Amino acid sequence: MTLHYIVPGDDFTRAGEASGDLKRKMKKLGFPSDVIRKVSIALYEGEINMVIHAYGGEITAEISSSEIDLTLADTGPGIPDIEKAMQDGYSTATEQVRNLGFGAGMGLPNMKKYTDEFQIESEVGVGTTVRMKVYNHS
Amino acid sequence: MNVNEIAEKCGFKIAAGDDALTRTVEGIYCCDLLSFAMGRAPEDFAWITVMGNMNSVAVASLTDVACIVLCDRVQPDEDMLKKAVQQDIAVLLSDKPAFDTGLLIHEAIS
Repeated sequence: MTLHYIVPGDDFTRAGEASGDLKRKMKKLGFPSDVIRKVSIALYEGEINMVIHAYGGEITAEISSSEIDLTLADTGPGIPDIEKAMQDGYSTATEQVRNLGFGAGMGLPNMKKYTDEFQIESEVGVGTTVRMKVYNHS
Repeated sequence: MNVNEIAEKCGFKIAAGDDALTRTVEGIYCCDLLSFAMGRAPEDFAWITVMGNMNSVAVASLTDVACIVLCDRVQPDEDMLKKAVQQDIAVLLSDKPAFDTGLLIHEAIS
């Protein structure tokens, strides 16, 4: 099953819609709750990143019985130093975003931590693509 | 003990929650950074925070916590309440700071 989601940029009211929807679908399909949780966390962090940094983007989720493949693509400003961006606590979020409870510099590290495979490609001025896989162990 | 009983026992106001009020609370988690809470809030726990915006509801829904407890007299904004009703997430309001709020819940469920 393949699902597509469009994440609107700068709209915090809609961040979490894709991860919420995917979570409900995975529940219905009977995935184990720890697998659902990993996918939800990784995808929500990705959605928030797209809203905060990339003026939105597009998510593709491929669900099979053995794994969940997530691809998050945006045409935002890109990440100049990926290694730095992957560090716990490193954030370029604005004060306004921090006041909402984000910008702790946990987004990308959480995405890596909660997935079994994690790849990130980014080009300044072109955009960022994140590919993640979560294995289903049941 | 369920969310409704905790609200009564601890003197918290119920701002949102319908079916969610019957959810059992297994423990207490306290954090204001959403990415931390997202990764660490345990399922079925009461989550104490001062973040009274709709993103807290998204985190609560994804982590499957039993309820959100806004502490320190924080009032939820309108968008938060709308989203909480939509997603049936219970939101309780406490006059006390985070630690005292947690202590009250701890005493209620112990």
